[in-house]
Amino acid sequence: MIKSLRVRKSQGSQYIPVLREAVPAGFRAKPVIAPADCLPACTACQAVCPSGAIALPAMQIDLGRCVLCGDCEPVCPAGKISFSNDFRLASTQRNGLFVSAEHPDIDPIAVSEALHKRYGRSMKLRSVSAGGCNGCEMEINAMSNVNFDFGRYGIDMVASPRHADGLVLSGPISRNMVSALHSCWQAIPDPKIVIAVGACAISGGVFAECDEIDRTFIESFKPSLYVPGCPAHPLSIIAGIMDLLGIAD
Amino acid sequence: MISRATKVWPLDQLKLKHLNQFVQSCRQRLSAGNHLVTLFGRQEKSNRMWGVVVTAVFQDERGELQALHCLTEGDKSYPALTPDFPAAHIFEREIWEQTGLVPEGHPWLKPVRFEGKRQGQMAEYPFFSVQGQEIHEVGVGPIHAGVIEPGHFRFMCLGEQVHHLEIQLGYQHRGVEHLLLRRNPMLLAPVIESTCGDSAVAYAWGYCAAIEALAGHGVAPESDLRRAIGLELERIAIHVATLNGLATDIAFLQGGGTYGRLRTAIINAVQRVSGNRFGRGWIRPGKTKPITDALRADLIQTLTAFARDFDEVNRLMLNSHSVKARFKGVGVVSRQAADDLGLVGVAARASGRAIDARVGLPGIPYQRFPIASTVQETGDCWARMKQRMQEVDTSVAWLLNVLKDEKLTAAGTEEVGLAAGAALKPDSLAVSVVEGPRGPVVQAIETSLAEGIVHYKIQDPSLSNWFGLAMALRDNEISDFPICNKSFDLSYCGNDL
Repeated sequence: MIKSLRVRKSQGSQYIPVLREAVPAGFRAKPVIAPADCLPACTACQAVCPSGAIALPAMQIDLGRCVLCGDCEPVCPAGKISFSNDFRLASTQRNGLFVSAEHPDIDPIAVSEALHKRYGRSMKLRSVSAGGCNGCEMEINAMSNVNFDFGRYGIDMVASPRHADGLVLSGPISRNMVSALHSCWQAIPDPKIVIAVGACAISGGVFAECDEIDRTFIESFKPSLYVPGCPAHPLSIIAGIMDLLGIAD
Repeated sequence: MISRATKVWPLDQLKLKHLNQFVQSCRQRLSAGNHLVTLFGRQEKSNRMWGVVVTAVFQDERGELQALHCLTEGDKSYPALTPDFPAAHIFEREIWEQTGLVPEGHPWLKPVRFEGKRQGQMAEYPFFSVQGQEIHEVGVGPIHAGVIEPGHFRFMCLGEQVHHLEIQLGYQHRGVEHLLLRRNPMLLAPVIESTCGDSAVAYAWGYCAAIEALAGHGVAPESDLRRAIGLELERIAIHVATLNGLATDIAFLQGGGTYGRLRTAIINAVQRVSGNRFGRGWIRPGKTKPITDALRADLIQTLTAFARDFDEVNRLMLNSHSVKARFKGVGVVSRQAADDLGLVGVAARASGRAIDARVGLPGIPYQRFPIASTVQETGDCWARMKQRMQEVDTSVAWLLNVLKDEKLTAAGTEEVGLAAGAALKPDSLAVSVVEGPRGPVVQAIETSLAEGIVHYKIQDPSLSNWFGLAMALRDNEISDFPICNKSFDLSYCGNDL
């Protein structure tokens, strides 16, 4: 009993009161593109990008592909690229995930009235990892730890797809998981949504060119929310879902 | 001082002419008690004949890495090593799946991960079947109740008692080894870090050590030490995540809550150094993230606070009757079974098998600052839990010691890294071994005369250890599976590649 009380005392209060205002120190998150000109014909950033996320000559970074590795930052001779710790990376549109000097922010998530009405107080999600590396999976788990505690908003991960309102997909969708993923999706009752978590789920990430993945599922069932990252940070996922469902802090 | 964790051989020193010779040499080494570090094959594409290149890496009596290498032409099979040396079982299955070379007499020649032509045929797996009137089977997965990677578990039971557990993997197969051959060898770090994302630092270090050895470009000792700092932080984070899972699986909620936030403190500190909670970006070819004086103080403070609270919650776990009742005597893997199966890492050490690459094959940081490695005797879930607690304590003490060194922050911040066009030694084999959180991550890179890298072999410790989990379940109750599985906490994606 005394040991238990000592642990309780050491634990203190760990939850982050306002998740949207949390500051993830050091997090290499949103690419920031400076207005400086690229050197003529320079493609140094593209050459090192592991997931083909950078478009040139008018530099644009696709956060649906970007794995936030930061390898482009030191090779840019013009010093155009840096990263901020802004974790608000999620979007409801695939084409809302592009950033450039002129368009520095991800398109803000428009609250869906229909989703707010239906799921604003209770959202149950089933996670499926289809070729994920256990990075996004661990971060999805972390959402329910004592720090993030997203259950306080009525959002929970559930065991059975029958109990779920939506599917959280991580991983690039390995061919060997296609059948199981479809079974799980079919077992979730309508109406239901897909949330794509991490660069792999959104675009295939660093595995996009592999023959061993099959992207048909994501092409057939358009996600309601895209959460970039490699892995996606719990704060990015939680803020994205809260914005989508119109949940106040 | 030279690293014993990485070695490069010119291939002409290793080449054996005939597969017979290769198999005989493997047998001799295994009979002499050499540890089989890895054994793998690839199809020889440049040759018009049906050819397979096989490579074996051993750790010999003196603790040195030794390799054997052979191009077979025309051989379609050889007498399997597995019947006499079960530790080879998974490697021979993989050789068969990846090259078609048949190890004759292998007792369970089944696909490892359904790659190549077998993709998508997961329903075809040839499960064992146990006969008997009251035998029943329970299939679980690939999708499980929690947020966890996919894999299929088939229990063959008599009542509640499990006679055998068969584990079918491959659901996470993304073709990592193929992908690595398509890219610039100097720019593989982000792919390597995504191969098994919870061991990103161990994987990145092994890759960089091998590629730097092939490029003939070492990093400064301080840079190497910063890599070991990243690795030990990763070990703490993963072990604490496992302890969290173990506590949660037995509904010991105070353990779950406390280990959860303790892990957060560590991975957030990792993020402050590397920009990422999983240590992605910590290591790149020829360079390592700098640790400034401010970060050094930050890490010392984080670890000191962590150690105090970790100790409190461990005492609570270790003295609780409900925890003892659930974990003691459950999921036992005997020392004999661990030796026979060639288990590695935490799972091996929990069964009394003293094998740890940080001690047996130390890189320079572990030669400068040796780290103690412990073992348990009982091989049960309790032992695997306790082993993790001890390893965390050891890592914290080691880190607090090396972080005292002010030179750590002074040198190496001006590293530029290896150029993307750096030349690699041709016709060579480089092998690196890094003791990651689960055990040794082995990476082998083979170069040819003309084509650069012709084979990139990754071997996660889980590949050797999944069968240990199957053994742990024998004669246990099916309801003990979750704690047995969590006590091993093996990687699916590391196995499936």
